[in-house]
Amino acid sequence: MEKYETHTHDVIVIGAGGAGLRAAIESSAKGASTALICKSLLGKAHTVMAEGGVAAALANVDTKDNWETHFKDTMKGGKMLNNWQMALYHAKEAPERVRELEYWGALFDRTKEGRINQRAFGGHTWKRLAHVGDRTGLEMIRTLQEKGIHSGIDVYMECTITHLIKDGDRVVGAFGYWRESGKFVLFRANAIVLATGGVGKAYKYTSNSWEYTGDGHAMAYEAGAELIDMEFIQFHPTGMVWPPSVRGILVTEAVRGEGGILTNSEGERFMERYDPERMELSTRDVVARSIYTEVEQGRGSPHGGAFLDVSHRGADYVKRKLPSMYHQFMEFADIDITKGPMEVFPTTHYVMGGVKVEGDTCSSTVPGLFAAGEVAGGMHGANRLGGNSLSDLLVFGKRAGEGAAAYANGKSHASVSAELVEGYANELREPFNNTQGENPYTIHQDLQDVMQLYIGVFRTEENIQKGIDEIEKLKERAKTLKIEGSVMFNPGWHLCRDLKSMLIVSEALARCALARKESRGAHSRVDFPESDDGTWGKLNSIVAIKDGAMDFVTRPIMEMPDEFSKMFTEDK
Amino acid sequence: MSVAKLRVFRGDSQGGEEKEYEVPVDEGMVVLDALFYIQANYDGDLAIRWNCKAAKCGSCSTEINGKPKLACKTRMDSFEEGETITVYPIKAFPVIKDLVTDVSWNYEVSKKIPPFTPAEDTEWIMYQEDVERGQEFRKCIECFMCQNVCHILRDHNRKDVFAGPRFMIKIAEREMHPLDVLDRREFAREEAGVGFCNITKCCTEVCPEDIHITDNGIIPLKERVVDKYYDPLSWLLRKIKGK
Repeated sequence: MEKYETHTHDVIVIGAGGAGLRAAIESSAKGASTALICKSLLGKAHTVMAEGGVAAALANVDTKDNWETHFKDTMKGGKMLNNWQMALYHAKEAPERVRELEYWGALFDRTKEGRINQRAFGGHTWKRLAHVGDRTGLEMIRTLQEKGIHSGIDVYMECTITHLIKDGDRVVGAFGYWRESGKFVLFRANAIVLATGGVGKAYKYTSNSWEYTGDGHAMAYEAGAELIDMEFIQFHPTGMVWPPSVRGILVTEAVRGEGGILTNSEGERFMERYDPERMELSTRDVVARSIYTEVEQGRGSPHGGAFLDVSHRGADYVKRKLPSMYHQFMEFADIDITKGPMEVFPTTHYVMGGVKVEGDTCSSTVPGLFAAGEVAGGMHGANRLGGNSLSDLLVFGKRAGEGAAAYANGKSHASVSAELVEGYANELREPFNNTQGENPYTIHQDLQDVMQLYIGVFRTEENIQKGIDEIEKLKERAKTLKIEGSVMFNPGWHLCRDLKSMLIVSEALARCALARKESRGAHSRVDFPESDDGTWGKLNSIVAIKDGAMDFVTRPIMEMPDEFSKMFTEDK
Repeated sequence: MSVAKLRVFRGDSQGGEEKEYEVPVDEGMVVLDALFYIQANYDGDLAIRWNCKAAKCGSCSTEINGKPKLACKTRMDSFEEGETITVYPIKAFPVIKDLVTDVSWNYEVSKKIPPFTPAEDTEWIMYQEDVERGQEFRKCIECFMCQNVCHILRDHNRKDVFAGPRFMIKIAEREMHPLDVLDRREFAREEAGVGFCNITKCCTEVCPEDIHITDNGIIPLKERVVDKYYDPLSWLLRKIKGK
């Protein structure tokens, strides 16, 4: 077969967003030889797009805040389906992880007393989100990137990993290609951390970047790992609606955090009807359903959304607190948000489900394979609170790095079967050799339409089943792809494997959505509108590969010890 | 729906040529959408870097009608009806393929800049007015368009002596961090070559984040360097201390 490079490390981290960077920093600090592999250039990962803030009970603004309240908010937001242990670690450790960024050079917005400022966000009892205007993610990724490049990590940029390699039960390496040259590359490792982010590119309207093709979910699944609660995909309530080319781009929740008001075409502040207590700062699942319902019932804005207005805060304030939003609407939509409302509609934003991990080290069900950040599942349950993903990726990035380094320590590298690698290489090259076949771009667009139509904000058995049937057809079509050009930086070719990943996660999403016969958090079944706490409230959905096909089972949720469960009963 | 004509550079390090495409234009469409249309309908292998398509990641820097632009931020309705739109890779860096260039040099430079260094007993109190200077520079999305138009890098290709505007503001940001205690003035002068900038402000003009690269970053940095090396009092002190 073609020649390929081989690199050997103790730990490889796949994905260089917040979770990947934090994992690599930790792994390296623990003495493991660490590789950080990213599909894009360093610092371009999806974390860069996070806007509103990172949730941590620092109690700088609302001094009553503490980890207990953050823990309870997170569990309630997730409709108690969360892995409670992860939610607990997250709430306890987030403040130190945020402060650590400051020690590494981050410049968060300040309080008058000179400490990290915090803002209000949906579902958080207190002002809890440390932020930098509306570009918090950029600040975080630059800080981590900077720390990372001075931490002795080997960074492999524009390198796509396509296959995890196992020796017996455990993972021992990863195979992929350089985007630039198209040449293959093999990484041998004793532990692998997946930090590949989410799956939003399976949908037509999404706030996610091109990288969000579910690679980590798919590779873990193919390697035999369990995926948990994949039916829970978050539709962020406020994506841009108009013009068409920017539909889906995120409008930060900070707009509502800073006092933004939602109205319908009749001028009604409709959140009064859906959540009179929390209004615009209700949890994302509720706000998304509310906007969707208003539009469905004919009270939408001219382009089929709701109005979101923050102009009453004054032009200076809006420009200072929400500078990116100001520019985004000015430049893409010719709308001055300091003078009038924006139009917004739900957009696919975040997958709560993911690789099933345990909270201590983020290890998956496959030995040697770890996952952190959006690709991991469990932490957020049925619905994630805004700001909890940036803190998640710090807390569990660190834990995964630590766990992987400890696991890798002292192990010797297993040999990698040359035959196996050749098989992967041939599979990847196939679209060049096929004389006939489908255009990957066409199948991708078709998949996006299917997911948008059938596995959206509101679901019914009939629709989900149609979605599954369509996904099955697309899987067939995607078996024979054909592309043009050379192996050098060829986006059409890159899409071929990404498409396969998206098909796997789409099927997982659909199968879990079909099985869960209740509504909970982000999963809204029109045919089962109530939450079924007695049955489904106590079950996680699990998919895993079995005899080459996707197998669905349920598993009882992790039971919360009395010491913590009483925190919730005391409230009642 | 109107139809736009794009002439896009297709080629690699060995050379290449323009290829013409016709693309239907929808409301609000940007040049990056047009390039996607080309990929999906004509040439699936057309190479372009992009990530967020929301002007936040700085990946899709290209030269559109000769001007450095983010393709995701350049609206098709900013051109005259019937105007042909040319799309080229940024010129200051070697072409890899089509619109993708080799920007790895920037990452090498970045790594050389001494990192943020706080005092050991830092109390971590900073005031908003003190962090704002640094925050302006930290808006940088690393699109490298400032590097692309800097004549020292673009016309004279002096990457051996000058780190470029992107990294001037990175040094400036460290220097202006309220809690940083390291002195990077020698680095700015000797390694990064701050003296090479002759303040033509081309970098500031192209910055998609409106960072005042020259006025707020490079000029103050030059002043600090001058203070260290040419201030008579500092000179005298250096002589006395033998530094």
